[in-house]
Amino acid sequence: MSLLEIKNLHVNVAGHEILKGIDLTINAGEVHSIMGPNGSGKSTLAQVLARREAYQVTDGQILFDGKDLLEMKPEVAACEGVFLAFQYPVEIPGIGNTYFLRSALNAIRKYRGLEEMDAMDFLPMFREKLKLLEMDDKLINRSVNEGFSGGEKKRNEILQMAILEPKLAVLDETDSGLDIDALRIVASGVNSLRSKDRAMLVVTHYQRLLNYIVPDFVHVLVDGRIVRSGGPELALELEDKGYGWIEAEAKAPASV
Amino acid sequence: MTTAIQNVESYLESFTEFEKSSSGSNLPWLRRLQEDAFARFCQTGFPTTRDEDWRFTNVSAIARTAFSLAEKGKGRVSDSDLKPWRVEDAAAQLVFVDGQFRGDLSALGTLPASVSILSLKEAIAKNPSALEAHLGRHLDIQRDAFSALNTAFIEDGVFVHVARGATLDQPIHLLFVSTTAGSPRMVHPRNLLIFEKETQATVIEEYISLGGGTVFCNSATELIAGDNAHVSHYMIEREDKDAFNISTLRVQLGRSTNVASHSLLLGGGLVRNNVHPVLAGEGAECLINGLFVGNGKQHLDNYMHVEHASPHCASRQFYNGILDGHAHGVFHGRIVVHKDAQKTDAKQTNRNLLLSDDAQIDTKPQLEIYADDVKCTHGATIGQIEENALFYLRSRGIDEVSARRCLLMAFAGECLDRMKPGAARDHSERLIHEHLLTIANQLPAATPSKGKAPRNWEEVG
Ligand SMILES: Nc1ncnc2c1ncn2[C@@H]1O[C@H](COP(=O)(O)OP(=O)(O)OP(=O)(O)O)[C@@H](O)[C@H]1O
Ligand SMILES: [Mg+2]
Repeated sequence: MSLLEIKNLHVNVAGHEILKGIDLTINAGEVHSIMGPNGSGKSTLAQVLARREAYQVTDGQILFDGKDLLEMKPEVAACEGVFLAFQYPVEIPGIGNTYFLRSALNAIRKYRGLEEMDAMDFLPMFREKLKLLEMDDKLINRSVNEGFSGGEKKRNEILQMAILEPKLAVLDETDSGLDIDALRIVASGVNSLRSKDRAMLVVTHYQRLLNYIVPDFVHVLVDGRIVRSGGPELALELEDKGYGWIEAEAKAPASV
Repeated sequence: MTTAIQNVESYLESFTEFEKSSSGSNLPWLRRLQEDAFARFCQTGFPTTRDEDWRFTNVSAIARTAFSLAEKGKGRVSDSDLKPWRVEDAAAQLVFVDGQFRGDLSALGTLPASVSILSLKEAIAKNPSALEAHLGRHLDIQRDAFSALNTAFIEDGVFVHVARGATLDQPIHLLFVSTTAGSPRMVHPRNLLIFEKETQATVIEEYISLGGGTVFCNSATELIAGDNAHVSHYMIEREDKDAFNISTLRVQLGRSTNVASHSLLLGGGLVRNNVHPVLAGEGAECLINGLFVGNGKQHLDNYMHVEHASPHCASRQFYNGILDGHAHGVFHGRIVVHKDAQKTDAKQTNRNLLLSDDAQIDTKPQLEIYADDVKCTHGATIGQIEENALFYLRSRGIDEVSARRCLLMAFAGECLDRMKPGAARDHSERLIHEHLLTIANQLPAATPSKGKAPRNWEEVG
């Protein structure tokens, strides 16, 4: 059984059809990358996987670990093992990072029938993961993402992923806005989480990230459809030639 | 600009009856104070919404009702009834049932000789000269009908006197309990709190209901803080949804005095919270901090009247409102800077979360500045729970109710952060936590918001 099976997914946002029939299967242990021009629907797909209710699924099916993902609320999807690293992480003043992450971890642990973790056990683990992402200890006492730089926010997403240990991690442009050092740190954080039980879906515009996180498959999303899939070499080709040729091909009358 | 009191006979009857038995009857100064106040009340009657100070709050439900004074000793309350309402670690706990002090339910603990706490009734009987200089000297009965009414019916409440240099580490907790009212009933608790120079203390006034009914609680507190005193005052309203609660806090600040007024309005049906500090001594500082949380049909009105009467004083008003259902909140922040109050630094911020399309907030700054070298700023925001933030929390596994409570708590936390650490703050935090959990539980499942667009404004004057 595949970890994630998306079949003929159609999604409307604010009355417009954004995803127009997506088919995608991801097995545990695999890393897939989704590339595509601005506005093609990459984030929409990511948000639907995280179960954002404003994104209305009009047709199709998503099975996660054999279960109907579309029946799940966001928190249930998270507890089942879906994690989205946001393209634009949200600042939440007044809620401490530590409190937030421990609440999240305990909600998930509870769902999985594990014992809740108290502050004494949580903090050392938190510090260790901070070190992994070369983040400052002082972030422990700050509010969620509040006053974080763009790069810190992105690292914080990966930090959360490292703590919550999802089965499927969806990274939405985690590389955007990172300088090369931060990119390296984030990528090594991500790579340290690669395992045979965990799959990743990496949304990016740039080949750059894929030098560090080498995907098993690359898919190109244009105007709500996956118009081409291939191996890592496809990303290089896109880097070289841009999306124009693929878009033109996609628009051409179907000759299959 | 007032309405005829529909029930003038009923007040007259109550007052005549009251004068016969009241403890003030053989103190000429007190008697005169009360008679003047009653006459003033009869003259003005209750305010109407044509009155600028009452534009957003209609008290005709109070004006229409014939209230009578609570009968003495009727309210049955036992120690165990009060258990859940006690404040841990209080220096003293005074309980008032339907306006009357109940020694059997109170605990005065062991107080230093420099601190005296007793019921106002006892103070009037035993040591009236200690009261004369302050009782009724600060509250404005000319302008405010409710203060006049309260003054007319002065009988019980608390008298606190903290002698020069004394420090109380733990709060004084005043618990005002209203019991089941068969017919409409009124109480007029009156408190006089005197903190001499260089003192430090905290007082919590808390209003609760044990049993429902139409109760009109009209309390007034005069708080006098001497030079260099540091005083925190908490007003906590947790009565039933059918209660009318009008409270007035009048604070007099001396030189370099620091007073913090914290208001938590969590209960009550029609609530008016008047806070009126006068920064009378140079270099005084006043924090006016509040949180009001309403749902159902609650009406929660906060009327601030901050008077800067001396140079180099600072006032900070921060009120946060959370309104759900059909609740209506009001924040009216009046700042008056007198002619000689140069270098005044006054700031006012009112932030609101509206959780439903039917909830309403009226927020109104009113600056009257007669000095020329002052800094006054005011700002207000009206918004909703951020859908983005809610989704972010949920996407990490936190269930919807908890996520909402977290976000509400974060918003309310701004008010908690302004309280000094200690028993009073811990108490407030616990109450807010419990209350917001109830609110979060009652909220409908997340729907894409079709509500009003957020609004923000800020001005610097
Ligand atoms: N909440 C929304 N309301 C209306 N339209 C939306 C909303 N969210 C997304 N869209 C539209 O849906 C389309 C797809 O957006 P999406 O964010 O999924 O693209 P993307 O591929 O992630 O783009 P980018 O590379 O710029 O991040 C765009 O045309 C966008 O304008
Ligand atoms: Mg995107």
